[in-house]
Amino acid sequence: MWAFLHKLGSPRSFYAITERWLPPLWLAAVALILVGGVWGLAFAPADYQQGNSFRIIYVHVPAAFLAQSIFVTMAVAGLVFMVWKIKLADMAAAMMAPLGAGMTFVALFSGAVWGVPTWGTWWQWDARLTSMLILLFLYIGVIALRGAFASRDGGARAASVLAMVGVINIPIIKFSVDWWYTLHQTASFSITEKPAMPASMWLPLLLMVLGFYAFFIAVTLTRTRSEILRRESSKRWVRELIEEGH
Amino acid sequence: MRAKRKQKLYAILGLVTLAAMAVGLTLYALRSNINLFFSPVQIAEGKAPLERQIRAGGMVKKGSVARDPDSLAATFTVTDYVEDLEVRYRGILPDLFREGQGVVVMGELQPEGWLRADKVLAKHDENYMPPEVAQALKDAGYSPEDYQDKAAEVGERPAAED
Repeated sequence: MWAFLHKLGSPRSFYAITERWLPPLWLAAVALILVGGVWGLAFAPADYQQGNSFRIIYVHVPAAFLAQSIFVTMAVAGLVFMVWKIKLADMAAAMMAPLGAGMTFVALFSGAVWGVPTWGTWWQWDARLTSMLILLFLYIGVIALRGAFASRDGGARAASVLAMVGVINIPIIKFSVDWWYTLHQTASFSITEKPAMPASMWLPLLLMVLGFYAFFIAVTLTRTRSEILRRESSKRWVRELIEEGH
Repeated sequence: MRAKRKQKLYAILGLVTLAAMAVGLTLYALRSNINLFFSPVQIAEGKAPLERQIRAGGMVKKGSVARDPDSLAATFTVTDYVEDLEVRYRGILPDLFREGQGVVVMGELQPEGWLRADKVLAKHDENYMPPEVAQALKDAGYSPEDYQDKAAEVGERPAAED
């Protein structure tokens, strides 16, 4: 286990090992999102009160899951980079940040679109909505901070620290609906509890959530592999790889 | 783990713990301000300011909605099942507004104890249910307020009867 992780920590072995992971991951992501999306948007029953507008859940919930999971992953990668000096962890963190910011935006935007017909407003400064907006700002901060330093190492360290401190916001987002009175409802769908909807509604949602996670892993691996080639372009193994025509 | 790395790990964990405590204490100090709305109990206790824009939230009491047939005016009672708050509103109510449904109303609390609302928001709960199931529950003699409890039960069944 540890030996494998050590091996995975070196950019060269990481590049070689993950090559085999990519096709099944991309296939799973595309298949799950396609099946879950068509099932959820076209075949799942409409809600008895909201009608068809409830179908936004099939984008909103997976996006919100990813937005928070990516930030936690980024913070863990930052910790690994800061303590064990594993550069690969920092490369992965840098590559997943824009996707996380995008997912946060998708969650906020889809929630606003759903809020207009359901709540009668697209925005309220309630604890869940506000903490999610702060998450978007944290993502932008992490990305901007990394770019603001002249040295790559300085930017990487600053971004790691912000990600690690910013992770405090994640439990606040998660529990905001339980701790305070909010306009946002409590969780309909979570890993630990039974969903508050019938199987014909939550099964496509489950497929979408799994598909989004597969998409996240596939995107991050693909981008990290490109980043490895970019950062190690002067190393001999990369030049040999290019000469081989890969 | 080398001593230097261990030291660094502890330093980072310490920093994050301190930051978490700072944020936690701040949120604790601001706890009443973070709530989006006052509940009828808080209003009855006099915690909400008079004649200033506030938000109040709760369930629309069953049988309390009275609409003026000649205008958009409506009165209803918001309850948290302990205290009641009378709300007077003139305007279009959201689609999801109905008796037994959660709402957030924005407006000014009057000295006589009722709230003059200028905006009503419907609060959706976490339960979702297909219309056929809702109809089946209605046919079986359940009232709309029971739907929410039933919706949670429906969620536990392995497959919906559709």
